[in-house]
Amino acid sequence: MISTDILIIGAGPTGLFTVFEAGLLKLKCHLIDALPQPGGQCSEIYPKKPIYDIPAYPEILAGDLTDKLLEQCKQFEPGFTLGERAETIEKQEDGTFIVTTNKGTKHQAPVVAIAGGLGSFEPRKPLIPNIADFEDKGVEYIIKDPEIYRDKKVVIAGGGDSALDWSIFLADVAKEVTLIHRRNEFRGHLDSVEKVQELKNQGKISLVTPAEVIGIIGNGHVNGVAVKQSREEDKEFNIECDHFIPLFGLSPKLGPIANWGLEIEKNAIKVNNALDYQTNIPGVFAIGDVNTYPGKLKLILCGFHEATLMCQAAYQIINPGKKYVLKYTTVSGVDGFDGTRKEAPKAVVKKIN
Amino acid sequence: MQEDIKVTIVDRDGVSHTIDAPTDMAMNLMEVVRAYELAPEGTIGICGGMVMCASCQCYVNSNHKLPKMQDDEEAMLSEAFYVKDNSRLGCQIQMTPEMDGLEVELAPES
Repeated sequence: MISTDILIIGAGPTGLFTVFEAGLLKLKCHLIDALPQPGGQCSEIYPKKPIYDIPAYPEILAGDLTDKLLEQCKQFEPGFTLGERAETIEKQEDGTFIVTTNKGTKHQAPVVAIAGGLGSFEPRKPLIPNIADFEDKGVEYIIKDPEIYRDKKVVIAGGGDSALDWSIFLADVAKEVTLIHRRNEFRGHLDSVEKVQELKNQGKISLVTPAEVIGIIGNGHVNGVAVKQSREEDKEFNIECDHFIPLFGLSPKLGPIANWGLEIEKNAIKVNNALDYQTNIPGVFAIGDVNTYPGKLKLILCGFHEATLMCQAAYQIINPGKKYVLKYTTVSGVDGFDGTRKEAPKAVVKKIN
Repeated sequence: MQEDIKVTIVDRDGVSHTIDAPTDMAMNLMEVVRAYELAPEGTIGICGGMVMCASCQCYVNSNHKLPKMQDDEEAMLSEAFYVKDNSRLGCQIQMTPEMDGLEVELAPES
């Protein structure tokens, strides 16, 4: 069991900034995120794209914003459960909550802050009629352990970075790698496209384009895929394989949070914006893009503000009746949980003779 | 101020809406759909208009001269589902006076 003061669901910008604000109040945070890395949409969807409305940054790349937020909250030593999706929440008799992930990791905290953005990222599944029958029987939408493909025949479908990167990686692991894409052009990084070209020339990757997988063949386990290729004239044929890996990107879904008994409106969680962004469940807050209230704007900068106010309410729940007054970091400095201290240099007084 | 144009949008439930779209606010079709809440929040414009998802895919049913498809839109549509010959990404269709009378249908959510 992982214990903390504030359990944050979602490690995007709002969740990461919560760690800093909570740290100033001497509250410790742990974050859960379905993605394997922190940053949320900023690192998953658009790391190389600029953002222009972060105060004091005329321009910052989304990936750099994530790095800066991680650096800013580092001294408050946040814990991370990455690559796992928060599945259930149970209120305990002592008022704390236990949140369990899809992999069974349990977390306990008196305050839960949902900073889940648009939800957890789920793989987009291609529209192949019998694909559901082969899920985990040779069809994998996400590559978790590349070793299961060792000396196997693998077919990958997709035209983005993940399809290219995994084709390159598995070319050295699998017995055969076939990459199928609807077009001859790929939209991945230029390096990856060139590498696939090189591996294709060496005969390590078979490329089938423009084509798509239209069916899966097998009896209890994948034995092959049916492919439709549309060159001069359409032709259909089968490719023998042990695994079919469709990589068509991820799309966010509110997911299990929708079943937590929270008031939901427009795919977002209703909160009390007059006070502290608490949901209809006392002790559970929703901040950032995942919440809604009259006049809500889904902006990173609004998430930062919501996180800051939420932490004050969390302090009151965790330290009932304990006095606190807002302090400016410039005046009081920042004392990290790791023993570091940041502070403004002392004023120098010198006499003029 | 420029006059609004009329755009007809068939939502994912098959209901047709003829609405007024401003042409002087740099809005695109995806944003118009969101402004009129013709698809639930979180099911359209997920990437915010960066051509990095296909949640605003629509089928254009009128003969308007549309902006030429750029490489990124073409690439994104090549990975999308339910794609037809008249598929476009709503975020790439700007609301200009030339788009008056445009008729589109939202593609299914995927």
